[in-house]
Amino acid sequence: MKPAPFEYIRCSSLDEAIRALSDLGEEAKLLAGGQSLVPMLNMRLVRPKALVDINGVQSLSYIREEDGWLAIGSLTRQRDIEKSPLVKAAHPLLHEATLHIGHPQIRNRGTIGGSIAHAFPSAEYPAVVVAVDGRIKVVGPSGERTVPARQFFTGIMSTALDVGEVIAEVQVPRLAQDSGWGFVEFTRRHGDFAIAGAIAIVQQDGPVVRNAEVTVFGVGPVPVVCQAASQALIGEQHGDTAVARAAEAVERDLQEVEVISDVHASADYRRHLARVMVKRALLQALERARSARP
Amino acid sequence: MSKKHAIRLTVNGRQYEAEVEPRVTLVDFLRHQLGLTGTHVGCEHGVCGACTVMVNGRAVRSCLMLAVQADGAEVVTIEGLSEDGRLHPIQEAFAEAHGLQCGFCTPGFVMSAYELLTRESEVDEGTIKEVLGGVLCRCTGYKAIYESVQLAARKMGKMPA
Repeated sequence: MKPAPFEYIRCSSLDEAIRALSDLGEEAKLLAGGQSLVPMLNMRLVRPKALVDINGVQSLSYIREEDGWLAIGSLTRQRDIEKSPLVKAAHPLLHEATLHIGHPQIRNRGTIGGSIAHAFPSAEYPAVVVAVDGRIKVVGPSGERTVPARQFFTGIMSTALDVGEVIAEVQVPRLAQDSGWGFVEFTRRHGDFAIAGAIAIVQQDGPVVRNAEVTVFGVGPVPVVCQAASQALIGEQHGDTAVARAAEAVERDLQEVEVISDVHASADYRRHLARVMVKRALLQALERARSARP
Repeated sequence: MSKKHAIRLTVNGRQYEAEVEPRVTLVDFLRHQLGLTGTHVGCEHGVCGACTVMVNGRAVRSCLMLAVQADGAEVVTIEGLSEDGRLHPIQEAFAEAHGLQCGFCTPGFVMSAYELLTRESEVDEGTIKEVLGGVLCRCTGYKAIYESVQLAARKMGKMPA
């Protein structure tokens, strides 16, 4: 359980990191918080020739609000997001999701950019950025580009990042004042990886659901936006019947998805959990939407 | 073997200079190069929390940090808590409330509790349990550990008696 040898390159600027990563190509790995990468190094699941450490790039650590969006520097620690009054006020969903990441001792080091670049199927931050239709700003040798979160995740632990590219910023739109949100996940123990989870965001006009966005994670290779579940709810009277119908519709959303089957849960069980998680997330969201209404 | 890097860091108030291979984790550095074996190595992949130490005021898994990354850092380990041979109130509380059991995970629990009780002005059952959830005890009993931290919180004025 010791890492294989590697070279270590400490960077003090983003440019330096991009240069190092471009020079070294596929053989280098970017080291941010290290809470996923270092276990993989220790277990020798990865054996990079070099690690490019960006922990010294202070300019990548910030939380700002700009034109109704939260812009979070990629090196911002999960613990700082959890404790940020701005995040709690402007994006309570992101705050709540953060509380589900590992344990405080992990969040002290883990970063938002690292979580998104790692793209683990049951990870919370990829799920949130997909659910809220956020954006990922990446910088690379050929400049800067902003990728919609819904196009960023391409498979289990795979993303749209090219060789030499680094996530610089994660952008999430502020939740609408009148929206309600729900975040739930199923784990065997508190702090474990989610076997399945769901995020719901709803808006109501009186008793009628005007808008609904449902996302499940930990179920397929990447977070799944559940159009069928959302459509089953929009225009309906909020209530247990509509929620149950939306949860059933998740089955249709998962039809084309390669549902994960592993030692923790079979694919069938994950499909079942996805429905249950969506139901619970929707009930939370509808409850919050009711109390959010002016 | 890859190139060694020179690092300077403070551990328990004492300055150290050392040469480390990049692949050496902080916990192995503390134990093997500095001889500070109070920090225990459990799972080596960030799950058990036995190796928790303070780095720049935060409780972190020292198996998930490379020693080379601790260059310039201020590290506190379990050995750094007592002063002039007097136990820290958290250590006292673990002794009084029988929080040790087999003792393997204890440094992780004590250092995790240390962060909580030095950073927060007030704690409650929920915040204590949240932090204790980040350390595994395989003796199966968290009750005495919880009671130890609760007692420590009271000793330190972070929880009403």
